[in-house]
Amino acid sequence: MTDMNDETTKARPGFWKRLTQGLTRTATGLSTGITDLFTKRKLDADTLEDLEDVLIRADLGMETAARIAAAVGKGRYDKTIEPAEVRALVAAEIEAVLKPVAQPLAFAGETKPFILLMVGVNGSGKTTTIGKLASTLKAQGKKVVLAAGDTFRAAAIEQLKVWAERTGASLVSRAPGADAAGVAFDGLQQARAEGADVLIIDTAGRLQNRVELMAELEKIVRVIKKQDPTAPHAVVLTLDATVGQNALQQVDAFKRVAGVTGLVMTKLDGTARGGILVAIAAKHGLPIHLIGVGEGIDDLQPFAARDFARAIVGLED
Amino acid sequence: MFDSLTDRLGGILDRLKRRGALTEADVNEAMREVRRALIEADVALDVVRSFTDKVRTRAVGAEVIKSVTPGQMVVKIVNDELVAMLGSDAKAIDLDAAPPVPVLMVGLQGSGKTTSTAKIAKRLTERGNRKVLMASLDTRRPAAMEQLATLGTQVGVATLPIVAGQSAVQIARRAMEAARLGGYDVVMLDTAGRVTLDEALMAEVAEVKAATKPHEVLLVADSLTGQDAVNTAKAFDARVGLTGIVLTRADGDGRGGAALSMRAVTGKPIKLLGTGEKMDALEDFDPRRVAGRILGMGDVVSLVEKAVENLDAEKAMAAAERMRKGQFDLNDLRTQLDQMEKLGGLGGLMGMLPGVGKMKNQLAASGMNDGVLKRQKAIIDSMTKKERRNPKLLDASRRKRIAAGSGTKVEDVNRLMKMHRQMADMMKAMGAPGAKRGPMAGLASMFGLGGGGGMPSPEQLKQMAEKMPGGLPGGGMGGGLPPNFPGNMPGLPGGLPGLGTKPGGLPGLPGFPGKKK
Ligand SMILES: Nc1nc2c(ncn2[C@@H]2O[C@H](COP(=O)(O)OP(=O)(O)OP(=O)(O)O)[C@@H](O)[C@H]2O)c(=O)[nH]1
Ligand SMILES: [Mg+2]
Repeated sequence: MTDMNDETTKARPGFWKRLTQGLTRTATGLSTGITDLFTKRKLDADTLEDLEDVLIRADLGMETAARIAAAVGKGRYDKTIEPAEVRALVAAEIEAVLKPVAQPLAFAGETKPFILLMVGVNGSGKTTTIGKLASTLKAQGKKVVLAAGDTFRAAAIEQLKVWAERTGASLVSRAPGADAAGVAFDGLQQARAEGADVLIIDTAGRLQNRVELMAELEKIVRVIKKQDPTAPHAVVLTLDATVGQNALQQVDAFKRVAGVTGLVMTKLDGTARGGILVAIAAKHGLPIHLIGVGEGIDDLQPFAARDFARAIVGLED
Repeated sequence: MFDSLTDRLGGILDRLKRRGALTEADVNEAMREVRRALIEADVALDVVRSFTDKVRTRAVGAEVIKSVTPGQMVVKIVNDELVAMLGSDAKAIDLDAAPPVPVLMVGLQGSGKTTSTAKIAKRLTERGNRKVLMASLDTRRPAAMEQLATLGTQVGVATLPIVAGQSAVQIARRAMEAARLGGYDVVMLDTAGRVTLDEALMAEVAEVKAATKPHEVLLVADSLTGQDAVNTAKAFDARVGLTGIVLTRADGDGRGGAALSMRAVTGKPIKLLGTGEKMDALEDFDPRRVAGRILGMGDVVSLVEKAVENLDAEKAMAAAERMRKGQFDLNDLRTQLDQMEKLGGLGGLMGMLPGVGKMKNQLAASGMNDGVLKRQKAIIDSMTKKERRNPKLLDASRRKRIAAGSGTKVEDVNRLMKMHRQMADMMKAMGAPGAKRGPMAGLASMFGLGGGGGMPSPEQLKQMAEKMPGGLPGGGMGGGLPPNFPGNMPGLPGGLPGLGTKPGGLPGLPGFPGKKK
């Protein structure tokens, strides 16, 4: 595979702009909803129920939507209220939930190699996120090793190989079908031998209810721990922005089996709003590190609670 | 998939089912819970709303049937609406076109297009005995083309050789050309994942479609999708015109709400379910079975169905009994007209009979259509209770009043009265003692009383049709229906109302003499 017919490396607008574009465009529906809702309206039970609906449409889930709607209504009941004000209030409530979990992915200085394990359901964006991360780390002058732990999916190894070539990271792989824990082991040996700063291990996508596949993931973690009891230093779960309420179960299961330490949300450049993050933050308090806003190498952004919350309700900045 | 939705709905409906009587408040309360369960299953909010509205309306207005509790009735209604939402009939992939038949796969990134492409290709090759060519138009994701090529080798299906530097449209054209030259039956075109906001990429896929004119355009969607499912489905449908949906990751513990929503908002059938990573993990999507699985209350549903059937049968028995005694009044006629309409009107009725497709056209030519049915009902509805029970009361002035009241002409009323009289006479004659083996047996069987009533073959029916131009053999209707005809054939009119005035078109006799086996 070469980059010859690869369009992702073509010039693109700056990624900050892309993020806000993506998020505000995705939020158009929501903000229109809110505007429709509150033009010349009193903040009564009906209105709050409508607001709740709007939040449900953004995937916040019933419970979280009800809680935020109630918070917005508190002390303002029966008052006439401007749409812009409602939007700001909703954003503030969402931000309050997200703020404590917006934490950067810290690659602790002394730990070497810093071992990061990437997990998630099929197609959620693990490999692409690894590529983007490798690029970021390289730009910081770090030495990175990628381990192709997805030995199952067709051409998964080649896919990671392309990212290794793009970013100048080294790649460790075994033949398709090989034991994934073995690849992780090899990766660690290689990273030590190279004196690498960071080892990122890709894994095959798996649905969290598939017992045998989750057991395999557990084994990968066990093998790593045997080599370095403090490792893996980060276990990152990727969540696709289109995901619905099932994300709550995904977080539960991957946390239990692989000890997830933080989240990345991908594909926020689409129409999906990723509102489930608000519910996850409220329930699990897991750090949210990064967001993916495209397929390009630069399309990775730190997760910023304020921006996310405001973009979700259609406020520009 | 659907499991936890099953648990939730099951719990709600279980409680309802056991109640002896239901108030409107009970129904509303249950619908609030159903709403919650559906939203937590990621069913799109608008779809949830229309669903609960429909169920509520039907539940409140539902006919009371003894032997069925109102709660059981609600379960049945929920089941029916679920089936309606999911699309009633299973729809397979359609390859009925000149080969090579292009099938275009579209969807968001990571939805499972490539895997589904290979699974479908494998199935068409092995079960459908087709020669399939797969081509990846994904020029974006690293190693996407290699992925499809590897899968092709795995499942033993040819893939288009990779040529670096070509655009998606160029590859698509090359695939069609290669398929024509190579004598392939089907070309599966796997496209790059794209978000619907990406204008350039949406234009690209539209261009691919224009260049290849695919017979099927399948949206591949993840069953773990949340509320966005409807936006995505609508956007792809608007841009490329979908013909169906493939739902992936149905082996997950997602609640499958996306499935319910996408079908509802696009009206496009879900054709297949992906149920695992293995290449044969692909299932047909059968809406009835899925609805049954979601509710997990098949016993209640069939109980209610039976009760409804019995109710119809009871009505039919009563009607038959009255006829036997020569008491066929206009209320009875009204019931029959109703039943006819229930069975899909004249067209639907005729369509169900074997070998009578042709007669449908004759019917249309004779000006006999469902409008006539409606008009006749309107006429009866304009009569007083007394008049309906005793048609002899209808003198000229009453007929004039009725015509005015129903917006028809006096001739229409006269025609209806004549038809009624002929039918009543006929029935009386048949009810006479000793007429058992004759037409009476046919009548009896027609009204579900058992006994005789053999079924003419399609050939016989055709013969009858030919022998009776301008009229329909009523016996063809009575005796010619399969014994387990839906609805138990209650009160099927012995003749087609309105045809009675045509020459040779006597209101037909059920059981058509001489046509018995
Ligand atoms: N639009 C968009 N696409 C993304 C983003 N991140 C990943 N993708 C795309 O999503 C698809 C799946 O991404 P992968 O990185 O292969 O996902 P994965 O989790 O490794 O998938 P498996 O290994 O197959 O389980 C690819 O087409 C990616 O290009 C994002 O932030 N935005
Ligand atoms: Mg991967």
